[in-house]
Amino acid sequence: MKPIIRILSGLSLAIFAAPSIAALNIFACEQEWAALAQELAGDKASVYSATTALQDVHKVEARPSLIARVRSADLLICSGSELEVGWLPLLLTQSGNAKIQLGSAGYFEASQFVPKLEIPKVVDRALGDVHPSGNPHVHLDPRNIARVAEALTERFVQLDPANTDIYKARGNSFRERWRAALSRWEQQAAPLKGVPVVVYHKDMSYFINWSGMREAGSLEPKPGLPPTPAHLAELVERMKREPAKVVVYSAYNSPRAAEFLSERTKIPSVMLPFTVGGTDRAKDLFGLFDDTIGRLLATVK
Amino acid sequence: MHRKATTALAVAAALGLPHAATAQQAAVQASSPTGENAMNPAVSVILNGIYSNLSQDPTAFRINGFTPTLGEVGPGVRGFSLGESELALAANIDHNFRGTLIASISPEDGIGVEEGTIQTLALSYGFTIKAGRFFSGVGYQNQIHAHAWDFTDAPLANKVFLGNQLGEDGVQLKWVAPASFYWDVGVEAGRGRQFPAAAGPAGPRNKNGVSSGNVFTHVGGDFGTGAAWQTGLSYLSTSPQDRTFEDPTGTTNSFTGQSRLWVLDGILKWAPNYNPTYTNFKLQGEYFRRKEDGDLTSGTTAQTGGFASVQSGWYLQGVYQFVPMWRVGYRYDRLNSGSTSFSAPLNAADFPILAAYNPTRHTVMVDWSPSEFSRVRLQFASDKSRSDVTDKQVFLQYIVSLGAHGAHKF
Repeated sequence: MKPIIRILSGLSLAIFAAPSIAALNIFACEQEWAALAQELAGDKASVYSATTALQDVHKVEARPSLIARVRSADLLICSGSELEVGWLPLLLTQSGNAKIQLGSAGYFEASQFVPKLEIPKVVDRALGDVHPSGNPHVHLDPRNIARVAEALTERFVQLDPANTDIYKARGNSFRERWRAALSRWEQQAAPLKGVPVVVYHKDMSYFINWSGMREAGSLEPKPGLPPTPAHLAELVERMKREPAKVVVYSAYNSPRAAEFLSERTKIPSVMLPFTVGGTDRAKDLFGLFDDTIGRLLATVK
Repeated sequence: MHRKATTALAVAAALGLPHAATAQQAAVQASSPTGENAMNPAVSVILNGIYSNLSQDPTAFRINGFTPTLGEVGPGVRGFSLGESELALAANIDHNFRGTLIASISPEDGIGVEEGTIQTLALSYGFTIKAGRFFSGVGYQNQIHAHAWDFTDAPLANKVFLGNQLGEDGVQLKWVAPASFYWDVGVEAGRGRQFPAAAGPAGPRNKNGVSSGNVFTHVGGDFGTGAAWQTGLSYLSTSPQDRTFEDPTGTTNSFTGQSRLWVLDGILKWAPNYNPTYTNFKLQGEYFRRKEDGDLTSGTTAQTGGFASVQSGWYLQGVYQFVPMWRVGYRYDRLNSGSTSFSAPLNAADFPILAAYNPTRHTVMVDWSPSEFSRVRLQFASDKSRSDVTDKQVFLQYIVSLGAHGAHKF
């Protein structure tokens, strides 16, 4: 072989070498779905998450590296309900990959498998960045994780029938472990019932709904709009009349607005992981709920 | 929908949840829009308006040293004006195609089609085909719609080499490589409906086949904890026939020959942890180099002779969001009229617009975006496009979008 051909073939091997020999190549829009897919598929899947816990999933650039990942994905797992509307459509149209287009088996929207909260009666941009089909941050209700897990296992079986037994076994094992964890969390979170909380963004609604906490305000004046001094001043006044017991914000939010409110009102604030990887303890989905509940209990006490 | 509701109930049962609540919520979920309207495409409207203060007469605008392009490349009118409004409709046509129509409604002369494409969804192996009218993939900024530009106007290089923005009627084939980083290769075949291929105000060449060809490639990826980059190379080849241009003296000259344009572009975006909400930075630059050779006919002397030119230009711009909602930006433009040669019987003195001159421009801007859907921008520029005067330009502009949430290219 001529040296030039040898170099070229070596180069093309280096570039085109399959990223893994796993059966399913999974592109998850968010960390929580990447973690769930990994739990359910084990070494039968190679899972890539488009975002980290430090990113605001509403505002993500359709980066070239993400297009490259979608290009070779067999399955795309996203929250849906317009959460990724600013970037996912571009990844889909640019990828040249028929397997993961809307309507294909390789397109999986987690929020379609759970009952949604906050479906707006009136949809208008004057209300902020509202999601017409309901709040898309569904993963912080632990019951929703179980619902999505069922649907995802079914999807794995559909896409990769050769490994059906493995997916079913892993699905059953996860369901058992999750059920046990859920009853533990229900007991642990009992003191949170009725506790008034100020959130940063409406990304905690499903957790609040599950735990029975009560939303007493948000740092954002309207969903998706950054906190303004006027709104924070109004919030300080409102907290004087009806104080909340805790101010929460997520790992991807700046702590400044929460700290400001905390200082003025002496209501403690706490950063929550929001998704897997948001804190050291939130290493997986179990850790995510352990840490979220743990941090809230420690702050509210 | 039924199956989903049933699944949700089954899971609810497994988890020991109260059925009633779940069933009720699932029922709410099922009441999504029905009837004929449910299939309406995503509709969005872009509105923009501008106040301009120009120290020099915009009707006498020209870029010295370069062949005037056929479109409108000047700084617009003085005082208040309504910019082009855009109406965009987009939807998946079926499982094979996606359709997009972007109509531009000009405040003076009615409706034009800015983009009208069908694009494949179901091709595999990284291939996509786009057909219709689209912004050519030559360079970086050319593909971006004006409302998403970081400055009010186009770089000088885009003005002289692509007539502001090259929209082509044709077909584009693109392939994304199955690599761990981003790599695409594409070709475009077009009618040559605009500069540099088009014949003149009358329109493009009257011929079958392809009048304009473009090939491009991009590579891109990430590095560090928040940076993403992309660089591209494109080559646009056209063969204009009787392409006319007017000299400032009022005579109409015409060119027939070959025009070849190379564009090297690069973009770098950075945000801490890829989270652009609080601060982010964007660096963008392009280098253009064009070779033209053929025959030029002078409108003054009615003589035809050989003409050749090698010209180049570049710009570099940086935009920094320093707090949420506020961005500042600076852009430097430079063109090099390079070498032009006229062979007998032509005389360089008969083409004053092509006399050697290297235009430059400094631009600074600050913009405020109270939400993702609105932006107000103030821009200052010191424009030396004309060899004899410096135009001090001030633009105050709003750009808003109504309706469906658009997704912006990297």
